[in-house]
Amino acid sequence: MKKSVYINSVGSVSAQKTFDNSHFLEDIFNHNDTVLSIIAPDYREYIPPAAARRMAKGIKMSTVSAKTAMTEAALEENEIDAIIVGTGLGCIGDSEKFVIDIIDNDEQFLTPTRFIQSSHNTVAGQIALGMGCKGHNFTYVHSVISFESAVLDAKMQLENDEANHILVGGVDELVDHHVDTHRLIGHIKQEAVETMAVLSSGTQGAVFSEGAHFFVLSNEKRPSCYAELLAVETYNTLSQDEVSEKVALFLSKNKFTLDTVDVVILGNNGDVEFDGYYNELAKGIFKNTCQAYFKHLSGEFDTASGFGFWLANQILKHQYVPKAVRLNSVETTSPKTILIYNQYRGENHSLTLLRKC
Amino acid sequence: MNKGVAITGMGIISAIGNNVAENYASLISGKKGISKIFQIETVHKDEIMVGEISDTNPVLEKRLDVSENQWSRTVLIGCLAAEEALKNAVITKINDVRTGLISGTTVGGMDKSEQYFYDYFEHPEVRQHITGLHAGDSTKKIAKHLGLEESFVTTISTACSSAANAIMLGARMIKSGQLDRVIVGGTDCLSKFTINGFKTLLILSDTYSAPFDDNRKGLNLGEAAAFLVLESDEMVKKENKKVLAYVKGYGNANDAYHQTASSEHGDGAVLAMEKALKVAGMQSSDIDYVNAHGTATPNNDLSEGRALIRLFDEKVPEFSSTKAFTGHTLAAAGGVEAVYSVLALQNNIMFPNLNYKTQMKEFDLTPITQVTKKPLRNVLSNSFGFGGNCSTLIFSKEA
Repeated sequence: MKKSVYINSVGSVSAQKTFDNSHFLEDIFNHNDTVLSIIAPDYREYIPPAAARRMAKGIKMSTVSAKTAMTEAALEENEIDAIIVGTGLGCIGDSEKFVIDIIDNDEQFLTPTRFIQSSHNTVAGQIALGMGCKGHNFTYVHSVISFESAVLDAKMQLENDEANHILVGGVDELVDHHVDTHRLIGHIKQEAVETMAVLSSGTQGAVFSEGAHFFVLSNEKRPSCYAELLAVETYNTLSQDEVSEKVALFLSKNKFTLDTVDVVILGNNGDVEFDGYYNELAKGIFKNTCQAYFKHLSGEFDTASGFGFWLANQILKHQYVPKAVRLNSVETTSPKTILIYNQYRGENHSLTLLRKC
Repeated sequence: MNKGVAITGMGIISAIGNNVAENYASLISGKKGISKIFQIETVHKDEIMVGEISDTNPVLEKRLDVSENQWSRTVLIGCLAAEEALKNAVITKINDVRTGLISGTTVGGMDKSEQYFYDYFEHPEVRQHITGLHAGDSTKKIAKHLGLEESFVTTISTACSSAANAIMLGARMIKSGQLDRVIVGGTDCLSKFTINGFKTLLILSDTYSAPFDDNRKGLNLGEAAAFLVLESDEMVKKENKKVLAYVKGYGNANDAYHQTASSEHGDGAVLAMEKALKVAGMQSSDIDYVNAHGTATPNNDLSEGRALIRLFDEKVPEFSSTKAFTGHTLAAAGGVEAVYSVLALQNNIMFPNLNYKTQMKEFDLTPITQVTKKPLRNVLSNSFGFGGNCSTLIFSKEA
């Protein structure tokens, strides 16, 4: 008998002020740019300043986000059985600096710190080290399904009772060379766009950003519980005309129908070249369903779907869909079931199904 | 005992051979693949020895029939090993059942990223490598090359235990019924990035690496790709598949001691091995041979040796590290050594720990140094990585 899986807490550091769980998108920060930095918390409240100085931005964001989730779940550090992190590029800032040092100094006078931190599993390793967690410690690095891979791994362990509480997160940091090169190939928008106008930009590319989202997933419901995780699936390829069919199949496999989805959260990022996938669903099978979107707030990055997951959990807990994320005018009074669909540039599609707990 | 997951195919490319048969031939003839580096222009070329795959990129591209300079070397060698694994498992229609691909990599497309880091701005003709920096991009390309569609495809990067963890995830997904079949393993090519990184850590040997030797001077880096095909019992039955061996046990634990070094007594390693035995439903006495992580760094071999003594309660079975043959192939190592573990089981042969001369002062452990015949039932393979990551796999003849 498989156990149920619950999301017992959330933690977020993003381009919106999401690090404080007592607020839920009441004030939206309106950016007007092509690249968004996070709204940083006061790190001194979470990390000793001496330690923070040595930390990469991704580690700092993750530490705050993970601590927020741990505090909210009211679990002791030694109750965490596993740590699983998704990240597209890890601490890319350190990798970038190490490459620059290699080239500029002709492979000489190098120090190990940057190399050590550049390992993709640095965040998961550092959190384990900080918490003294000797359990399962995995890091997934597969573009925009990095976070979903981590969730899927956790879900499997919790269902099979191999673990009771797992800290699951997604993190990515933004750095200069990555931004500059992605501008060259048109993956970043050329012209600045205002937060609430991202979807109507009519241009190619996305607004890039960064963030860290951590959650405590357990096979028991705690007082802080946000939602039950029902299913997550990923597909490396999918054509636009197959999306609707895939969604219907996914729902039916999990004994749901289109009408039982109260809110669908879509990963639109305002890239005219690839938003068609989302429009297909929004104008088609989910035409009469309450629709939400989030990448105008979070920006696009490999683990941006962590923000989508955070949003779904918040909607289920607070029982309303904030105005700033509404994609259509269909109302929902008491949302019980939420489906998240995400993809990036037509690849790495994911479907995640959550239910009110 | 608990049920294992069937291995129906394997493929490999390393410094000691372009396929499984060549690797086996090198292993039993003691032919190591360690030499001076010749394909990467590095200022350290006279101070280090590496396990380099002999074919150059143009040769590999030709073998795969792909255009010139479109892919990282990580992708090229990954495609070759994955292709061999599928062929070995006699899979022609990859999308006919729920098939997944899980690859481990740390380097990804870093070889191209470091080469064109500044060139991207002036040279549009090399911009295809910009997105190649994503580790997952290598897996994406391998999936595409294999024709895998609408499937579960992901990448694990836990440093030098990546491929072992990919095998572990694959086995768990088959067991839990999420996939019918999965291609698991890893791929990493040599790069200036890793050469210089390990150089700064002062753990690169300037000569042939000597795992578990008292005078060991550090590791030789290597490059490789290795994949296994795992299939569910239903698939094996339905298609009357030949089973090469079984993934019987697996365990991952974190040392939670230091970002790059292993704890003095190998706590994480002991935990990983204990977990793997528990999953397999075995006692430590059921293990006939250990393919050790054995990187030949002072720290690893001491920590791992102590962990082995703790786990086996002083009765450590025959063990060896095959890294003196291949070099330390980083993320791919767990895949490479999974293939070697299966070869050991199939042939009842244990491979020598090359270059070993002097026993370590700290304990009474001697690896096997000759090709040794022994009836093998269960082989344990360790892979440890940065971030305190410790992984153990147990391969068995019987389900």
